Amino acid sequence: MTLREPATSRCEAHSGPLTVPVAKSDAPPLIRESGQREVFCGLTGIVWLHRKIQDAFFLVVGSRTCAHLLQSAAGVMIFAEPRFATAIIDERDLAGLADANAELDRLVTRLLRYRPDIKMLFLVGSCPSEVIKLDLSRAAARLSQEFAGKVRVLSYSGSGIETTFTQGEDACLASLVPLLPPEAPDSDCSLLVVGALADVVEDQFRRLFEELGIGPVHFLPPRSSTELPSVGPSTRYLLAQPFLSDTARALEERGATRIEGPFPLGVEGTTAWLKACADAFGVAPDRFRSVVAPKIARSRESLDRYRAELSGRSVFFFPDSQLEIPIARFLVREMGMKAVEVGTPYLHRFHMASDMALLPANTQYSEGQDVERQLDRCRAARPDITVCGLGLANPLEVEGLTTKWSIELLFTPIQGYEQASDLAELFARPMVRRTRLAA
Amino acid sequence: MQLALWTYEGPPHVGAMRIATAMEGLHYVLHAPQGDTYADLLFTMIERLKKRPPVTYTTFQAKDLGADTAEIFRRAVQSAHDRFQPEAMLVGASCTAELIQDDPGGLAKALDLPIPVVPLELPAYQKKENWGAAETLYRLVRTLTGSQALAPGAERPARASGVRPSCNILGPTALGFRHRDDVREIVGLLETLGIDVLTVAPLGARPADIVSMPGADFNVMLYPEIAETTARWMKKAFGQPFTSNVPLGVGATIDFIEEVAGLAGVDATAVLESMPTRMPWYAKSVDSNYLTGKRVFIFADATHALAAARICRNELGFDVVGLGTFSREYARDVRAAAKEYDVEPLITEDYLEVEAAISEAQPELLLGTQMERHIAKRLGLACAVISAPTHVEDFPARYSPQMGFEGANVIFDTWVHPLMMGLEEHLLGMFREDFEFNDQAAPSHLGSHLKSDPDAARATDADVRGAEADSGGRHAGPATIVWLPEAEQELRKIPFFVRGKARRNTERFATDRGRDAIDIETLYDAKAHFGR
Repeated sequence: MTLREPATSRCEAHSGPLTVPVAKSDAPPLIRESGQREVFCGLTGIVWLHRKIQDAFFLVVGSRTCAHLLQSAAGVMIFAEPRFATAIIDERDLAGLADANAELDRLVTRLLRYRPDIKMLFLVGSCPSEVIKLDLSRAAARLSQEFAGKVRVLSYSGSGIETTFTQGEDACLASLVPLLPPEAPDSDCSLLVVGALADVVEDQFRRLFEELGIGPVHFLPPRSSTELPSVGPSTRYLLAQPFLSDTARALEERGATRIEGPFPLGVEGTTAWLKACADAFGVAPDRFRSVVAPKIARSRESLDRYRAELSGRSVFFFPDSQLEIPIARFLVREMGMKAVEVGTPYLHRFHMASDMALLPANTQYSEGQDVERQLDRCRAARPDITVCGLGLANPLEVEGLTTKWSIELLFTPIQGYEQASDLAELFARPMVRRTRLAA
Repeated sequence: MQLALWTYEGPPHVGAMRIATAMEGLHYVLHAPQGDTYADLLFTMIERLKKRPPVTYTTFQAKDLGADTAEIFRRAVQSAHDRFQPEAMLVGASCTAELIQDDPGGLAKALDLPIPVVPLELPAYQKKENWGAAETLYRLVRTLTGSQALAPGAERPARASGVRPSCNILGPTALGFRHRDDVREIVGLLETLGIDVLTVAPLGARPADIVSMPGADFNVMLYPEIAETTARWMKKAFGQPFTSNVPLGVGATIDFIEEVAGLAGVDATAVLESMPTRMPWYAKSVDSNYLTGKRVFIFADATHALAAARICRNELGFDVVGLGTFSREYARDVRAAAKEYDVEPLITEDYLEVEAAISEAQPELLLGTQMERHIAKRLGLACAVISAPTHVEDFPARYSPQMGFEGANVIFDTWVHPLMMGLEEHLLGMFREDFEFNDQAAPSHLGSHLKSDPDAARATDADVRGAEADSGGRHAGPATIVWLPEAEQELRKIPFFVRGKARRNTERFATDRGRDAIDIETLYDAKAHFGR
């Protein structure tokens, strides 16, 4: 039995990732808390995923609460014919699981007749389906067979007992990995960019990689379920989102190698992210510089407009999307802000290493949440801007604190050079608004 | 299992939250997994309340399931009590916690807190939001006032002479459709009648105000979906009668005034004579002639649906062509009313079924919830929202009640506004081919954007809805009938909001007479046969 070959000759490993300062032994201060968590569950990811993969449908198998969550989370933001629905479990389903499976088959059949355009169906597990141990992976296998050739049926869990907010996307993408076709033997090195990005951002990155001579480049999730990229030992993958640990693990099991770097937020983050990739693909430093220099210059100039508003201001992050650390890095290093507390639902030290290394050593992190105690700390610190979820924002505004809804950071294109100023503007706007209304 | 794209009601614990959030000095500890905290945003974002709902969630996770979730709950109750110092507490479980059976009521009782603690049993896999709100209000009132109940067989003592009559108002909650403004309107009306309002519950009440409720002479049941269980119990326990008229519309407001005047023993003549509302006159004015026989489809909670039907027919001169509700608890009342209006009652919580029924009925005006507003947008229909479920725009900055005399004014404005003005409608009928003033245009006072053609909308709708034909009763035109080109051309000249109806009537007319092609003469034969 042969061990997995190291990087094949066709796809040589280059000097490796950008040197990342190794985390010092004196770890940064970290508050670990458990208690009430004021965050969405993983089902919420459906709200953007169902728009990203345009021929996919998400069927939550859950309770009326799940349906109400999706509608409320989505209802504040969009109101269009959705490509998601809920199979609401009722008491008869609780009485007999065999019947629950038959019921599920009936609903899926009805749904697929109603939406014949759907090519991929995700059965999404919820808290109740997990607790009653309804096996959705078996249901998916059964239904996949039944609809073979027409619809592929997958399953993942978006339950609140298993996942927090953006972890739903992680679980969804991880469920896609086994479906990715194997790459052809002796493939050239290919790049896989992982994490849902706005289409405009994806197109910009695609052009940048082309200018750098990096390719072939694929994105996960793809815009269509029929365009699944292949994966294997020649695949180098680059995380575009910081919350994809299960997906990363699944890709590595398929032989792919991670390109390590900070996340592509802000000019610095985007440059380092691209540089890590350029190094892994052996792009000559001169070429790299000539491609990115004009973009860096333009992006830096666009940031200047917001620096006066943001510089010297303090920011407090409640845990929400796991984007908190890279965004804090951008605000601190490029906009001159001070991070009072950087909360994150889970701290993935390995994936966050590059971003944390760029933040001041004494940055106060917090992992998990006890919302009441965190509110106490926030009120005591009186930050200039507080990043928090929708349930907290208005009450904090009433207390005189300026807030930024964290969910907007997932619903706005913020990655890459051309969006760096949009990201800054998201933070400047609430402050400008407060000043205007006070005048 | 039930397939839901959108739901009309949330789970029952959201109903309990609507009670808790409406009140002061009350706290709700909910055994629930992470994620259920989403419900906070209903209140802070949609209703724009300035405070967080007074709810503590245990937010247990999978790893806790093997350990001690009961202990997590106990700690949450204790620390919520210590931190918020409420005067009373509600404790209960959401759908997931119901499955793990930790018995929140028993656990909270064991803590022996120095305040009343009300355990809530809200079966999440059977019941829904309004039931949860009704049950919560009832449990709370019963716990806080039960000790004052009359002895069996005892009579309520008569009000002492010289004491002003008083009542409680039951039903207004957080996240209710215009509850905030309805309460102001009705409290004002009762005061004009010389009746004191002792407690409004739950909106704005403290637990202590609930305790004083048995002191009132009678109860006003403002929103039956939420208040009826409590009103019935209070009648039994304290001998307090309750009102059955809901003051939505001018006629119902007059009935309501007469009913409370009777219960309170006051003279309502002066109030009834003054009648401070413009609605009856506006409806009578010649300008409103064009409203005659407008076809209206109504789908809402039972209270608002029933009231809307009465207003439409008796006060605006509309035709009710569809009537339905998602409030199964009141299905019987809606069925009875539908019979009176000679329409098929639509009792369902299936959004797709509602959409199919509306599409079939081809109304000119749709009165519904936020869901129907969405349907109206798709089908290109005029629409006004009359009931929860609500959206941010249903909490307007201005004073905008639905109940009482001012409510009738608001209803006249809101329901008539989306419709095409009378003369504009005539001009459209006369000059259909004007390049910018044609029937693809929306009413000119609503902006000039193009309106979708309901014929086209129905076609796309039919594609999507193939699978629904069995349940939805969607109209499938007789395949054998052919529209001759000149008849089709003539049909296009009929205003869009009646075109679908005209097409169907003509086809039916032709089928009944065994004609297999429709020419211009058939079109006008059918018009003469059916009228407009």
